[in-house]
Amino acid sequence: MPLKTAPIHPSDDLAALSAAELHHHVSQFLYHEARLQDTHAYDDWEQLWEEDAIYWIPANGHDTDPETQMSILYDNRSRIRVRVEQLKTGRRHTQTPRSELARLISNIEITLIEGNEVSVRANVLIHEDNLRGETLWAARNEYRLRQVNGQFRLVRKKVGLVNNAKPVFTLSFLV
Amino acid sequence: MIQTDAPAGIEGLIEPTRVHSRLYYDRDIYQEELRKIWYRSWVYVGHVSEIPQPNDYVTKSIGPTPVLMVRDRNGEIRLLLNKCPHRGNQLCAYRQGNRATFTCPYHSWTFSNTGELIGYALADGYEGESKVGVGLGTVPRIGIYRGFVFGSMAEDGESLMDYLGGAKAAIDQLCDNSPTGEVELTAGFLQHRTKANWKFLLENETDGYHPGFVHGSIFQVTKSGIANLYGTESTALTRDYGNGHTEFDLRPEWRRLGEPLKWFGTNEQRLPDYVAQMNATYGPERARQIMIDGSPHTMIFPNLFIAEIQIFVLQPVAVDETIQHVTAVQFKGAPDINRRLRQQTMGSVGPAGLLLADDTEMYERNHRGALIQDPEWLILSRGLHRERIDENGYRIAHSTDEVPQRGIWKHYLKLMQE
Repeated sequence: MPLKTAPIHPSDDLAALSAAELHHHVSQFLYHEARLQDTHAYDDWEQLWEEDAIYWIPANGHDTDPETQMSILYDNRSRIRVRVEQLKTGRRHTQTPRSELARLISNIEITLIEGNEVSVRANVLIHEDNLRGETLWAARNEYRLRQVNGQFRLVRKKVGLVNNAKPVFTLSFLV
Repeated sequence: MIQTDAPAGIEGLIEPTRVHSRLYYDRDIYQEELRKIWYRSWVYVGHVSEIPQPNDYVTKSIGPTPVLMVRDRNGEIRLLLNKCPHRGNQLCAYRQGNRATFTCPYHSWTFSNTGELIGYALADGYEGESKVGVGLGTVPRIGIYRGFVFGSMAEDGESLMDYLGGAKAAIDQLCDNSPTGEVELTAGFLQHRTKANWKFLLENETDGYHPGFVHGSIFQVTKSGIANLYGTESTALTRDYGNGHTEFDLRPEWRRLGEPLKWFGTNEQRLPDYVAQMNATYGPERARQIMIDGSPHTMIFPNLFIAEIQIFVLQPVAVDETIQHVTAVQFKGAPDINRRLRQQTMGSVGPAGLLLADDTEMYERNHRGALIQDPEWLILSRGLHRERIDENGYRIAHSTDEVPQRGIWKHYLKLMQE
């Protein structure tokens, strides 16, 4: 039975936590999300998202404006739901069979604490194996997490693929 | 007459209703395609809106070869090869920018953006030598139609207009959906890499047989009626324009339904500014017809796919690797529809696209299948019995029939035998 993320007490002010405690809670949340993604736990992953969610994978650089320029992915909450529902049909061919995944998350830095929200940066390496072969993905991620009822939730996630200005293979697993 | 240039027996690999798997994986055939198709025929390069200002440039390609598409100081569009003629160094390493000259980083030779050599570094070493004729390589023929820039590496040949033939009407139909009559490709391109031969992509773009199956998952989740366009009862058509240009023509279905903007999954109430602009430009009657007919779904051989609201550019980079460059069409001066065009494009295409990721999975499985030796022949006979000729003399059939694929291979064989 996997251990659950230790809850933050709902009345806790994030700013009142020690740096080590906050770092622990944030890290545990990111590892939890990573496990849900690696194991294709689609519903559990989808439920991490808040209603004002933005899930973004830019293309052609890291400071583009997603409202005017093409991104590899730029989902609001409703499109996140559609994306997950498509995966669950069992006929999302690019994920049948599913990619085998293992990702490492490191260099976790909390860059801002603001009320019940934190901004976080982390580096991610993802090893993907599928019918085509093996692919290594590397990204500098940025997160906005919100503490709700003692648990962190995803408000914003930006996946900054290091090679996003070059041609990339299909990216159809949860990244 | 014996065709000594053609790969041995290429005519033996292409029949009217079947093609041999070797066409997709044979390295010699691929090299011959580069010579006979990509470096000779008209190939789409880019759009004038990508380089709006004098001295703008953007790196594009013709097949695997990078090409600098440049607007020179006088506003003329030029296509330059990205290679210093001195010792062959890659001249420009950036995707795009604005500059009147290019300086090679190796020995500092400098060229104007018209391709002429302006100056040597340490010029005393070239005493008495002329700079004339030492310029950058150029794509000898450029043709532009409604902002779409094509290039041909052949010095001579048919005009772009003759080459486009009936498919010219698809570019007109696309541009007519803009209230200014102009489209812009200014949102940047996604680049989707796939381990598959380019012809699998070319054939799939106007294949109306696959969507109900390959895209069934997203049609189901979004409760989309699009699947009906690809069903037995559909009045939509496949069309062979000749010269390898093919089309999936949805207009008969949209006209039957008769609802403006239905083609775009929306209605006039949701895009009031756009509708008002269209009425002002074309008059209510013509505007209504344009908005019912929608935008085309047309594959211009060998690499420009107008996919209603997206522009795809196919780029072969190896016999078993192809890049799909894709962006949202933007109608100049129509911000409300443009936002929806971008949002729908980002959802459906590119590496994470709800549609194209599955097409691309099929391309890779196609390619792996081609390498299996038996059976060697692939079947393209669907709808042969119900082909007919339309009022303009083009071959058409049901939306799921393989008229486009047969047309593509007929043209391909002609080019490869020239």
